[in-house]
Amino acid sequence: MSELAQRKARPVHVFLPHRAGLPRLSTYFVTLWRRRHFAIELSRASMRAAHTNTFFGQFWLVISPALNAAVYFLLVNIIRGGNSGPDFFIHLLAGLFAFNFISATMTAGADSVVRGGSLVLNTAFPLLLLPWSSLRTAFFRFLPSLLILLAFFAYFDWIGPHPMACDQVTGECVALNTVHFSVVQLMAIPAFALIFVFAAGLGALMATVQVYFRDTSQFLPYATRIWLYLSPVLYFADQLQPWMLKVELFNPLYPLLGVWTDTLARGVMPPLTWWLGATAWALGSLLIGTLYFISREREFAVRI
Amino acid sequence: MGEPIPQIAHRAISNEVAITVADLDVTYRTTIEKRPTLKQAIVRLGRGKRSVRTVEALKDVSFEVNRGTVLGIIGHNGAGKSTLMRTVAGIVPPTRGKVEVVGRTSTLLSLGVGFNRQLTGRENVILGGLAAGLTKDELEDRYERIAEFADIGDFIEMPMRSYSSGMAARLAFSVAVHLDPDILLIDEALSTGDAVFKEKATERMQELVNNSSTMLLISHALRTIINMSTDCIWLDHGKLMMRGNPEEVVDAYTEYMHVKKTSAVFNDM
Repeated sequence: MSELAQRKARPVHVFLPHRAGLPRLSTYFVTLWRRRHFAIELSRASMRAAHTNTFFGQFWLVISPALNAAVYFLLVNIIRGGNSGPDFFIHLLAGLFAFNFISATMTAGADSVVRGGSLVLNTAFPLLLLPWSSLRTAFFRFLPSLLILLAFFAYFDWIGPHPMACDQVTGECVALNTVHFSVVQLMAIPAFALIFVFAAGLGALMATVQVYFRDTSQFLPYATRIWLYLSPVLYFADQLQPWMLKVELFNPLYPLLGVWTDTLARGVMPPLTWWLGATAWALGSLLIGTLYFISREREFAVRI
Repeated sequence: MGEPIPQIAHRAISNEVAITVADLDVTYRTTIEKRPTLKQAIVRLGRGKRSVRTVEALKDVSFEVNRGTVLGIIGHNGAGKSTLMRTVAGIVPPTRGKVEVVGRTSTLLSLGVGFNRQLTGRENVILGGLAAGLTKDELEDRYERIAEFADIGDFIEMPMRSYSSGMAARLAFSVAVHLDPDILLIDEALSTGDAVFKEKATERMQELVNNSSTMLLISHALRTIINMSTDCIWLDHGKLMMRGNPEEVVDAYTEYMHVKKTSAVFNDM
């Protein structure tokens, strides 16, 4: 290569002070896109590493959601006196798996930057790739859990019993198994897209907070458990007391999990207000989480 | 006297500018604690103490570096040497002023030894390269050379938690020099590794200098600075004190610091 051609090939980088704490976003996201393979590789490598020393290996991806479902089914059935049927079980699985996806993104996202250690200190790259890599990992761990859900769904629809619950006094009977494959279930795809976007923002937010308060990841397990109990996962949304419904206005997961479980588990089209609420929470979380992360990320190198 | 001191022969330096630093200020806020926690924040709040302290790491620093230069950077601990490197690498943004860098930079800072200890050496190499902006194909091409140069045998396929610090340092050095950087930033990185590897590392650095790469070198071993660099700057509390011939700058610095020119200081690299 001639000297001139070599010189032309050299990229010129100009580093200027950030305006209002933010780098130029267009440049930032172009670089982010170019280096996406880093996030993909990191996620793949960590998934491989997570199961290398275990007996069941990659099967844990299916075993753990199944065990999780069993634990919660047992818990809820004991508390509720064992009169819940297939409808409830499918609702529980769908809600629980989506909730686990969100909480996994939060937990892994919180650690992503701090664990990035020397890479963060030594390499100039868009750090948003770190929580987004955790997001990818959480998503690929979530996918196998859908297989479990599908298996139960198919069983209840085609093979399983169709029990009725009858009121002792009035004699009115209700079917406990209304599980049916339907077209409405396709709406679960946009519903999950909203959950995904919401989790992306939340993961970035937690990653930032963790840099400033290292106890964040210690708090998270408790915070997520409380959040789970406050969200319509272990019960149907319409079983809430009226006063609690008012509180749920401030719970992003009420509309987000609401649209997801209604479409997927019940095959019912949720009201428009739920869709609008879910969209607002998702976009709000993405915007706030991402911008907060980017505005702080250049400080990370001197903070970790 | 201990081991031989690495030395680099220099070609004529190009008159093309590789790095321009103009009126550079870098100020950042940092915490007093190593691991900031909520508890400490609450305790401090109760006592009315501030948790962050502002560090003026660099103050009004300006200089240019021509292509092919090996620039030594000296100064006391906390003088701003590493911050200057990070600003040139684009990791820390300027607070005021401008930094312009022509070409690809590769950093080898003192802490840059493997980043995820659960992953294998190979995975760390690939991930480090991808983060630095190389494509997968480019990395596939270079991987064999990197592994061969690091010369750590089968360990390359094992998690990095099983590495000795020397092995990790060799791998990190190997990655940094094989990214074909136009500008290589080295922060005390030669202080690890045995004599054989040091020799090999020096050879590779010589190759890079022959290919007109520019190098910025931080070392507290002043003899290394004199032997390896063509030019030198001295930072003191974030200010540029002097720039010029390495021997003269080192002399001025040692006189200023009242440090005797004992062989211990000179050879401790």
